[in-house]
Amino acid sequence: MRNYLQDYRILSCHSLKEAVLALQETPTPVPIAGGTDIMVYLNYHRLPVGTYLDLTSIPELKTSIEIREKEVVFSALTTYMDVRLNSFFASNMQMLSQAAQVVGSIGIQTRGTWAGNIANASPAADGVPALMAYDASLILVCASGEREVSLADFYHGYKKMDRKQQEIISKIKIPIPQIKSREYYRKVGERKAQAISKVILAGRLALDEQKKIQHIRIVYGSVMPYTYRSRTTENLLLGKELTQDTIHQAVRQIGEELKPIDDVRSTAHYRRKVAQNLLQEFLEG
Amino acid sequence: MMSELQKQDIQFTINGKKWQGKVHPMKRLLDTIREDIGLKGTKEGCGEGECGACTVLMDGKPVMSCLVPVCQADGHEILTIEGLEEQGKLHPLQESFVKEGGAQCGICTPGMILSAAAYYNDPRIAKDLPESISGNLCRCTGYTKIFSSCHHAMDKKESCCGGKK
Ligand SMILES: Cc1cc2nc3c(=O)[nH]c(=O)nc-3n(C[C@H](O)[C@H](O)[C@H](O)COP(=O)(O)OP(=O)(O)OC[C@H]3O[C@@H](n4cnc5c(N)ncnc54)[C@H](O)[C@@H]3O)c2cc1C
Ligand code: FES
Ligand code: FES
Repeated sequence: MRNYLQDYRILSCHSLKEAVLALQETPTPVPIAGGTDIMVYLNYHRLPVGTYLDLTSIPELKTSIEIREKEVVFSALTTYMDVRLNSFFASNMQMLSQAAQVVGSIGIQTRGTWAGNIANASPAADGVPALMAYDASLILVCASGEREVSLADFYHGYKKMDRKQQEIISKIKIPIPQIKSREYYRKVGERKAQAISKVILAGRLALDEQKKIQHIRIVYGSVMPYTYRSRTTENLLLGKELTQDTIHQAVRQIGEELKPIDDVRSTAHYRRKVAQNLLQEFLEG
Repeated sequence: MMSELQKQDIQFTINGKKWQGKVHPMKRLLDTIREDIGLKGTKEGCGEGECGACTVLMDGKPVMSCLVPVCQADGHEILTIEGLEEQGKLHPLQESFVKEGGAQCGICTPGMILSAAAYYNDPRIAKDLPESISGNLCRCTGYTKIFSSCHHAMDKKESCCGGKK
């Protein structure tokens, strides 16, 4: 046995209730789902020592995808592969199946969860922009009860989010689009598989009978320090006709609005340019 | 009741046989397979989920065993390269890797074959063969012979079983 393992403790729980009570301990145990983020740290001896809570042991979290009349509900343990294997998504909520397919590789998709992607709070998360563009919300549970938060309001800085350490994301609720819309999801990375994104754009657009924009979502991943929904550019577009002129205005606006990160994977300059190009591609259809 | 023991009783099925042992729950499935069970066919490359050398099938689906804490394998079915042959007969993929020269140093081979085998058994898990092994890196072959080995096996399956399942 690797000797550092003895510094770690794993709790398994027989119910969600037991789990949220366990999260009242100090220091707070850290949830582990598919482990595709956490175990990398362990292998590099960079995982903080302490207690971890195995979410896969909790029966209530094991429910598979629920498709209701107006919404889809993921559990904490829904994986990318679960979405790939469910034909509903390819025909009804394409961005989710596209996002599922660009994450890592098959062996990551079978284990990695959407909730883990959200809670890991990487700006480069591939699943989060698609969920946000569909107006997903999260159910967070802790010992004192549960609450619902809109994913678009969840992040407010690099790895900063509206989740207390004692809270588990138990469900992700995603409204099924009720109006026909154009959807766009594109990840720009070094290669197709096993690549961390440099820029992601997830977008939805619907026009009314007068060809005016009645619904628009513009969500960037890997550009800002957190997954970023551009409400300013959305507002600029809302109610306008989708002309070349409008598109140019939006592309210029997004260039000014974004303050891209500059890191090992890419420069701020490149990210801004690509973010603009993707928006143009999305809007031009 | 909550269990919080240092080492835990873990049991799962591996290559069709039940296995049971006392292991630290955070121990990697990879190390459990190699050290506690003694099957050395599963290799470690990167130790961070990138290379696929440690791929095993868990309930029929490929997973990177370097990223699986063993407590999460409890109660599941694991297949390693040692369990792929049936009654002493190599799996068609193994056979064609031998025939077509799909392996050189062999470090990537068990993972490569298991990823391809998961796709062979259930083509829904990937768009196509290249995607099914896109998480398996090879430093030796340049992939051409890996692809031709896999394609040979797949073609044979299609001609004998009347196409994809
Ligand atoms: C080789 C490799 C390639 C990858 N490629 C990609 C990629 O292309 N795109 C991408 O977006 N990501 C990628 N990832 C990262 C990772 O796979 C995803 O972020 C995945 O969705 C994480 O989910 P998980 O269940 O494995 O998380 P875990 O590792 O179990 O947890 C991640 C974090 O979330 C917390 N957490 C998990 N579940 C919950 C919950 N229900 N409630 C509260 N907190 C929770 C954990 O405490 C931890 O902080 C890759 C990882 C690897 C190793
Ligand atoms: S050793 Fe597990 S993926 Fe490389
Ligand atoms: S044969 Fe050597 S790494 Fe593939």
